[in-house]
Amino acid sequence: MNIALLLEMAAEAAPDRIALVCDGKRWTYSDLLAAARGAFAIIQDSGADYVALLDESSEAAVIAVFGAALAGVPYCPLNYRLPDADLAALLGRIAPALVIGDEERVTRIAQDQGHTILSREEFTLQTQETVPADDAREYDPGEGVAIQLFTSGTTAAPKAAILRHSNLLGYILGTVEFAGADEADAALVVVPPYHIAGISALLSSIYAQRRIVMLPSFSPEGWLALVQAEAVTNAFVVPTMLSRIIEAMDNGTTAEIASLRAIAYGGGKMPLEVIHKALERFPAAGFTNAYGLTETSSTVALLGPEDHRQALASSDSKIRARLTSLGKPIPTVEMEIRGDDGRVMPVGEAGEIYVRGEQVSGEYKEKSALDADGWFPTRDAGYMDEEGYLFLSGRADDVIVRGGENMSPGEIEDVLLTHPAIADACACAIPSVEWGEAVGIAVVTRDGHEAPHENELKDLVRQRLRSSRVPEKVAFVTELPYNEMGKLLRRKVKDVLAG
Amino acid sequence: MKPGTRLKSAACDTEVMVIRAAEGQIECGGAPMAETKPADPAPLAADFSAGTLMGKRYIDADGKYELLCVKPGKGSLGVDGQALVVKDAKPLPASD
Repeated sequence: MNIALLLEMAAEAAPDRIALVCDGKRWTYSDLLAAARGAFAIIQDSGADYVALLDESSEAAVIAVFGAALAGVPYCPLNYRLPDADLAALLGRIAPALVIGDEERVTRIAQDQGHTILSREEFTLQTQETVPADDAREYDPGEGVAIQLFTSGTTAAPKAAILRHSNLLGYILGTVEFAGADEADAALVVVPPYHIAGISALLSSIYAQRRIVMLPSFSPEGWLALVQAEAVTNAFVVPTMLSRIIEAMDNGTTAEIASLRAIAYGGGKMPLEVIHKALERFPAAGFTNAYGLTETSSTVALLGPEDHRQALASSDSKIRARLTSLGKPIPTVEMEIRGDDGRVMPVGEAGEIYVRGEQVSGEYKEKSALDADGWFPTRDAGYMDEEGYLFLSGRADDVIVRGGENMSPGEIEDVLLTHPAIADACACAIPSVEWGEAVGIAVVTRDGHEAPHENELKDLVRQRLRSSRVPEKVAFVTELPYNEMGKLLRRKVKDVLAG
Repeated sequence: MKPGTRLKSAACDTEVMVIRAAEGQIECGGAPMAETKPADPAPLAADFSAGTLMGKRYIDADGKYELLCVKPGKGSLGVDGQALVVKDAKPLPASD
């Protein structure tokens, strides 16, 4: 199998349809396929073992991913936000590579690693000048690696997660209808190219023949302007982006947004307040919350537009609570919640989320994390309600173990966020002589409110949850640390609480 | 038959990619499919002339075979004389 098939099919069925708009330039499906075939020749000539991208999103990302696939070489987009030393180490692990993007930086930090280095402009130009055969492909009918993504590595050296062609094709063929998009449809892609959501967005849009509108660098104003200029119909955002878009609209930035039919979000926890505001600001749009991981080729569970509408309209607190859930597993994926002893947990009880399916690779270059039956332990903790809606409680490593009792930070945070003066909250484990671990919280006071007294927050938790959940330490902070994808950096909060 | 293998129809323009297959003979338009097209086209059997649709997946009743149509044609697909049927796909809301 080979993901290049997705572009080959789109170019076969609709050669002259616009596939991609980036920085005002328009590419048809046949333009992109011709460039990918050009890239195939360049990659083969370079003798590279990997194709790396060190750049923001552009047409080069699309050409590189499909060119690498045609050449049978893994595509490895890198995080340009990493410090030089970390980046040089990752480049060393994929040498020799064809590195596309920041030529100056790669030359400076990894000159002696044997890479072939091309700037975005050189690469794109060369792919168009090269004229390869029409059937140019190093066709691999087996189980070749399509994508290698380094995990963020907050605890140890970054792991090299690998996604095989069969994983990605399993995901796309199972969830996207070929040519299912209308010709007017356009998807705004703003997720960085080194993130799985940025890659799956390209693959699924191309297979659906939904025009990709790229915004290389996010700003709320730029996003809104592009929605209007390209009459964007679909968009994926991470929570911080949505929050900043709404803030810009609140502050008077205007744009014609009636074309937006579907907004998907994921990548981190979406504050309830933001989703409520978003539903008001984009009344015509259907909202989808998508949950997925790099190791699962993107989405494994989703809360769809109908779920959002039902939750909003319901007077039942259980149904309303689904707005904070990740929805249900998609039909092509199996999911289980398991306890520490490996047994499947009953409804409502938290444990580790396990998934299985064609799209689930669960594989690192060093070793596979799949168990004997093909299940992948996500290291995410969560539980399911009686209707099968999945709720995330945090990373399995974030579970607070107080005197043998497992507590999820999420349930404590959800209670704290019901306090009118609390804008944001994080619960994590703090060392305790008596209990091994205890609960510590860091909270952000809402603008225009007085900080509540510590005891008020403790009482709130005591009333709503069990006394074991009552925080022993409370810190008031001006803001909580998030990474650029909207993920809360709990380890940093732990440091604050320990200090 | 390895997953990922591309097969061409001897009777029409149809091409498929094998997603799953067992030992049986995969056919299109009533004639065996192969990785290369024969010099002389095979006749299109009347029972297998309903046509294939690009992007559709075709399966047998036992779930042993699954073919993705990557190029449409006039013939229709079968295995050992048994017609394959379109697999109902339930597209999800665009999530990425």
